[in-house]
Amino acid sequence: MSFAHPDEARKHRNAYLKVFAALAVLTVVTVAVAEMKFLSMPMAIAVAMVVAGTKASLVAAYFMHLISERKAIYATLILCGVLFVALLLLPVVTQGEVDAWRRTHVP
Amino acid sequence: MSATAEVIPHTVEPHPVTGVYNGKFGMWLFLASEIMLFGALFSSYVLLRVGSAEWPHGYSVLNVPLATVNTMVLITSSVTVVMAWYCLQLNDFGKARLYLLATIGLALVFMVIKYIEYSSKFEHHHYPRTNLFYGLYFTLTGLHGLHVLGGILVFLYFVGPGAGMWKTDPHRYTNRVECAGLYWHFVDLVWIFLFPSIYLL
Repeated sequence: MSFAHPDEARKHRNAYLKVFAALAVLTVVTVAVAEMKFLSMPMAIAVAMVVAGTKASLVAAYFMHLISERKAIYATLILCGVLFVALLLLPVVTQGEVDAWRRTHVP
Repeated sequence: MSATAEVIPHTVEPHPVTGVYNGKFGMWLFLASEIMLFGALFSSYVLLRVGSAEWPHGYSVLNVPLATVNTMVLITSSVTVVMAWYCLQLNDFGKARLYLLATIGLALVFMVIKYIEYSSKFEHHHYPRTNLFYGLYFTLTGLHGLHVLGGILVFLYFVGPGAGMWKTDPHRYTNRVECAGLYWHFVDLVWIFLFPSIYLL
């Protein structure tokens, strides 16, 4: 990263502050939705994860500058992302075996 | 050609293959391994929770207001660290140092709140061995807390003994702050997922 032109840098600063405001608002939203407890569990999980995903994307895109990064870094993250999703899907894929185990072991 | 300049290549100029300086590429590789580390724990959490006959709601046993404050603290510290890097790019070391100190301060606030939270759990005799829920709670938030502690040490180095590099090699110093910032944002990012999963659901 080369030293930025002051005008260019100032544009970045404004973006950081906007992202900060968005993150603060989304935090309040996610806590408020959880506190009111009016959603069913699957809906609550969906809302919480969508809000968290949005916040995470904002942090990654603007604070971590992924919105304008080099191919080598995207390639690293795509490979990592595929493995990460595989890891998260393991509980779903193995759910059948968990159920089967419970049927035979849990009275 | 001076010997010292060739010891670690591409600390400032981009590497021809990756297009970024080596420190940044190295940091991203490290973060990829961190994603897998926390991913494995998160995946275990989902598997154990779904497989359990009973599971307490985070909000009924944990302190949501304190955790919400901590979320705000961590988000703010992400802004201060990116602002430190921004000031360095504008050659304003004084301001950048203040932002780094603010980041350290916020990180310490996070740790103090974590300490209050843990103390109250111990007072009620809730330990990692108490049950699966507390085992996961302490493992996930504890590992995250260790990452915050690591960040504090790195930022202390930048405002303390490591600050001299700003005079000898400002560009490299700026890059170091950027890399530490990437790490710090990742720590923030992990918390963004931990907070709703453990405390709110």
